Amino acid sequence: MSGRPTLIGEDGLRHDNRRPDELRSIKMEVGVLKNADGSALVEFGNTKVIAAVYGPREPPAKYMLSPEKAIVRCRYHMAPFSTAERKSPAPSRREIELSKVIREALESAIFTELFPRSAIDIFIEVLQADGGTRTAGLTAASLALADAGIPMRDLIAAVAVGKIDGVIVLDIDELEDEYGEADMPVGMMPSLNQVVLLQLNGVMTREEFDAAMNLAVKGIFEVYRLQKEALSKKYMLYIEE
Amino acid sequence: MANIYVANRQIVKPGDLLAEGDDAIAGSYTYKVGGKVYGTVIGLAEVKENAVSIIPLEGVVVPREGDLVIGVVVGVGVTNWFIDIRAPYKAVLNAGEAIEQFNPLTDDIRKYFDIGDYVLAKVLIFDRSRGPILTTKAKGLGKIVEGLVIDVKPSRVPRIVGKRKTMVEALTSLTNCSMTVAVNGRIWIKCPNSLLEDIVIRAIRKIESEAHIPGLTDRIRRFIEDEKRRAGIP
Amino acid sequence: MSVTPIQPPIPKLKREAIVSALKKGARVDGRGFEDFRPITIELNPIPRRSNGSALVKLGNTSILVGVKISVERPFPDRPSEGVLQVHAEFVPLASPSFEPGPPDENAVEVARVIDRCLRESKSIDLGELVIVPGKYSWSIYNDIYLLDHDGNVTDASTLASMAALNVARLPKLVSVENDQVKIDYGTMDKQLPVKLNVVTVTLVKIGGYILLDPNLDEEILAEAKVTVGIDSGGRIVGIQKSGGGLSVSELNYAVDTAIKKSRELLTLLEKALKTV
Repeated sequence: MSGRPTLIGEDGLRHDNRRPDELRSIKMEVGVLKNADGSALVEFGNTKVIAAVYGPREPPAKYMLSPEKAIVRCRYHMAPFSTAERKSPAPSRREIELSKVIREALESAIFTELFPRSAIDIFIEVLQADGGTRTAGLTAASLALADAGIPMRDLIAAVAVGKIDGVIVLDIDELEDEYGEADMPVGMMPSLNQVVLLQLNGVMTREEFDAAMNLAVKGIFEVYRLQKEALSKKYMLYIEE
Repeated sequence: MANIYVANRQIVKPGDLLAEGDDAIAGSYTYKVGGKVYGTVIGLAEVKENAVSIIPLEGVVVPREGDLVIGVVVGVGVTNWFIDIRAPYKAVLNAGEAIEQFNPLTDDIRKYFDIGDYVLAKVLIFDRSRGPILTTKAKGLGKIVEGLVIDVKPSRVPRIVGKRKTMVEALTSLTNCSMTVAVNGRIWIKCPNSLLEDIVIRAIRKIESEAHIPGLTDRIRRFIEDEKRRAGIP
Repeated sequence: MSVTPIQPPIPKLKREAIVSALKKGARVDGRGFEDFRPITIELNPIPRRSNGSALVKLGNTSILVGVKISVERPFPDRPSEGVLQVHAEFVPLASPSFEPGPPDENAVEVARVIDRCLRESKSIDLGELVIVPGKYSWSIYNDIYLLDHDGNVTDASTLASMAALNVARLPKLVSVENDQVKIDYGTMDKQLPVKLNVVTVTLVKIGGYILLDPNLDEEILAEAKVTVGIDSGGRIVGIQKSGGGLSVSELNYAVDTAIKKSRELLTLLEKALKTV
């Protein structure tokens, strides 16, 4: 294929000078919206995602409620200006699928049985997309749930690993996703060693899958550490005053 | 013997390992799996011997039977009102629990409470399948007609009340305002004048944002005294 | 927006029967943990109107796939490739819980998972499907129709899609002159360039046990589910986890089992295709 960029240089570094096992620069901030019960802004390099949580609150319709637990409603959505070409704001098949896998991941962490007959709403907006938007969105949504005070088994930390030019790398960006051989988003409840989101888009051998999973776990523990730091920071600010 | 990994009043987060061991006890807002006790919310740890629990810093409060709440009337039926109490569930106040000898044929219940009214009420019935159902039959309950009502984070109510009501007593005695603190994070305030009203509200906001920092009651006392001095109030 | 599905509860006795059987190392329908239900593959049940079709039964789950092929303009960013699209419909005749309407998230997920497995493995050589670069290429529409739902729709759908694509034939290309193409849609001609076969293998976790090929009851009870795409070369060509969490070692076990069991599906598929 012509015009395919070199993803791993001769020095073994990636197109943005990262080592294969290096995350992009990550920023996290909790409590960024006034109206939402919980919110968070998360950036992985140029990928920028905001998440808001409302609830537990009354579901919009009676048929939606469960006598056993809170229902979880989740939307992963990309802003029209977040992509290289304007994205239609109507939900795409991709967004429908990602909303589902993200909802299931979050639902496995929330103690929904504490709030029967109610709804917990999670809204994720991708503001700028440069690869890893679902994992950044899941990371942000889990912070927003914590910020809303909704009891959870653990935070969910997530990152995408990939295979580019035959090398397994951490936290792939859009260019690496587009021209690489595989993209594998992974989300975990790190304290419980539970993988709650896993997709593989691409081809890997059994051995490569092992290597990719190990690298993902390593990255996830770093993302988890940053999440805890971001949560603490919200309460540190007042002490410094 | 249980290993406890947190200190009293330490800030903990969801997924934090708080304690470990067969005899470690998981208190409120924690859970135990595989002999380990984890936190479920952001809050302050409370350690009592082998037991760890958390006082949450965020989150909704689901009221319990007997709790005092302040609600807003959002709907009126023939014989009842629908009341928003900032909980995941809309509350119901039946006319019979508010009006003596209510007669649906002759009484228009909107004359008693109308949409938009604040109502001070008690939770009468609330279980997993029903409610919350309210009552205003006891003394002091009913429509709020004077003063003002402010919303605070429901998770801050215990700090605003304080241990053995120390905080709320400090607030009222120093400002001469009266305060009714409802568990659903609404506070009814009546003050002698607007200067004092302003001071008490700012003091409450300070409690809200500094709930996790020790020495709060003394800090609030000093804050109110300083503010009164600045405003020229004796 | 994705919403927690409200499912009719499984009767407690049934639930207990399933779980207590698992504790004894068995399943209620008599299968072992790593057994598929009986599988049949019928080729070309829609011979007149589709370019290729297959009906797969996996136990009581029944999937019909029809392939339609037409000439269209290639995507501008892939001017020298044909187009492959996978869609799935969970039509209301297949289950009392299905309603008419556009594909819901479950149908979208199944279609997209299979689409990715076929695409990423390069199972079909899309480069061979171009007629005039930038102007004309073959578009392959692989439509999955769920007729009867008794769990594990994904594996049955992948198998049916692969079978239908293998037997599908392109309409006859009559002539290409002055950038004009003439197609005789009534005459079936060459086979599709299928380079390798792909199957998916789905496992669920119930009460700590990992089971292959869940039926509907098992699927509703499952704490977690994982689907692994495997090609005829034994490579992993896609993974989709849904539901709740799995430990890394449980995932590794699931992937190993999927690779091992994929051979059975591939053998079955190859055997069926030999009958054409």
